[in-house]
Amino acid sequence: MGVYTSVFWHGLRRYATYRAATAAGILTNSVFGCVSAFVLIAVWEARPGLAGWDAADAVAFVFVAQALIGVVAPFGPSLEIGERIRTGDVAIDLIRPVALPAWWLAQDLGRAAFGAVFRGVPTFAVGALLFTLTLPDGPAQWLAFAAATLLAALVGFGLRYLYALSAFWVVDDRGVQAVAWLVGPFFSGMFLPLALFPEPLGAVLRALPWSAMVQVPAEVFLGDHTGAGLAAALGFQAAWAAALLLAGRALTATAVRRVVVQGG
Amino acid sequence: MTAPSAPVIDAEGVGKEFVLRRRTRGLRRAATRVPAVSEVSFTVRPGETVGYLGPNGAGKSTTLKMLVGILTPTAGRLRVAGLEPARQRTELAYRIGVVFGQRTTLWWDLPLRDSFALLRRMYRVPAAEHRARLEELVELLELAPFLATPVRQLSLGQRMRGDLTAALLHDPSLLVLDEPTIGLDVVSKAAVRDFLRRMNAERGTTILLTTHDLGDVERLCRRVMVIDHGRVAFDGDLAGLRALAPVPRTLVVDLAAPAPPIDVPGARVIRTDGPRQWLELAGNPAAVIARVSHDHEIADLTLREPDIEDVVTRLYRERPDPSAPAIAGDVRHNVE
Repeated sequence: MGVYTSVFWHGLRRYATYRAATAAGILTNSVFGCVSAFVLIAVWEARPGLAGWDAADAVAFVFVAQALIGVVAPFGPSLEIGERIRTGDVAIDLIRPVALPAWWLAQDLGRAAFGAVFRGVPTFAVGALLFTLTLPDGPAQWLAFAAATLLAALVGFGLRYLYALSAFWVVDDRGVQAVAWLVGPFFSGMFLPLALFPEPLGAVLRALPWSAMVQVPAEVFLGDHTGAGLAAALGFQAAWAAALLLAGRALTATAVRRVVVQGG
Repeated sequence: MTAPSAPVIDAEGVGKEFVLRRRTRGLRRAATRVPAVSEVSFTVRPGETVGYLGPNGAGKSTTLKMLVGILTPTAGRLRVAGLEPARQRTELAYRIGVVFGQRTTLWWDLPLRDSFALLRRMYRVPAAEHRARLEELVELLELAPFLATPVRQLSLGQRMRGDLTAALLHDPSLLVLDEPTIGLDVVSKAAVRDFLRRMNAERGTTILLTTHDLGDVERLCRRVMVIDHGRVAFDGDLAGLRALAPVPRTLVVDLAAPAPPIDVPGARVIRTDGPRQWLELAGNPAAVIARVSHDHEIADLTLREPDIEDVVTRLYRERPDPSAPAIAGDVRHNVE
């Protein structure tokens, strides 16, 4: 087992100790999912066939979105590295023989894995118990959704890593994070499916990385993409994940050089 | 490769200048160059224990950060364990152990044992080697009772012992310690000092430490370097430092009742506070104590050794450096 695998398990186990927080998370996400589901059911009764979905599709979208909260963390938690930069503890990280971005990615994927299994699955189960909702057709579609979820987690990390890195340049990264937590849920389709946004706003939001966190995986779940369309959807997520991770790596190198050469 | 007698640290005219940018009027920015360390030269050979002393802001931390590779010198040549620290930071990490007294390398939510396991992966230490070394360190530092305790629940002394273990698990040839005993109680301090002495004597670990505690220096360091205003002001042993800047010991006397300043030969009252009086000793303390207790009714007596700060302050006063820049202490930066 390499160091990054160890860090992955560390991230997972850290969240496993917060049992009450996990239970509270499931409750909040389920309740919000129910409210959202009632609203969307009313919308689809008024406009059947909107976005090519029926009401059961819309309800599934809502609960997939709620289930993804624990994975892609659109409301935080922020990565610890922001605070470590602020307090100077990042000096400790710099004298270790590890790559900073890889280290924090491994830890956050541990958190995401825990969130998927112990927050996402129960939240979705509540929705499936209370409402009629669409499920993927067969194992291939489930598998595609699993891949889309993993890519969503990478995009979620990529964005949050950039938010946290801002601490190298601004005095306090918490302002940046506060804006991010406000914008992220809207842009990702978490609050409202992007199909319901007026054009051209909807099209713009679809092209931004946030849509790769919720909108795209939920569409994959619903089977909106098949064949080449599915490859394009996953490719869109993968491209954003790669772009964000590379940007994170490049910015880390710049920031470290700046700190090391100029003393901050 | 480094020959056994090659220096572990080789600093030649190493300097660090910070550029402070201040906004003056409108959008104009004025850049001021503030030297934090200027032309520090020294070598440390394998097996040495060196105390690196100086008042706050003298350039100690800056030097330390350059040694471990998280700051690039702006002047001079620096080699640590045969490597250029800032450029080969990652390679250097495998060869040195670092403890910042005010920070921890451990994970607050993990039991000590798991933190060590994570470090083993990080430094790629073979399992058998790790087990043997951990066993030895656990015994020397008496960690066994709290190996399963999460770090956030450890006392400062326990945490520091954990941090020392963490720094040594990959068997570094150089240990760099920034105020390793800060905030510790007497017992923990003694434990840390004894341990460091043993590591040095038995394993030949080279130790460089900064401290404000004379006890650390007396118990540990055969060599003392004093840095002031970014320059090495003294390099030698503690006795040499004391001879250069003698500071008298102080006798604190608690009298049974307030009294006018005590007048005895070989001592001079420097301060009084109610029944308590501070006497600066010039001669033999035993004679002074005998005389004082003969003349007065005494509730308590304490003999205070000068601390390193007094000695160092005295050294600065004796040897003012007119060319030294005035505000090296004001430099602030992120990686503190």
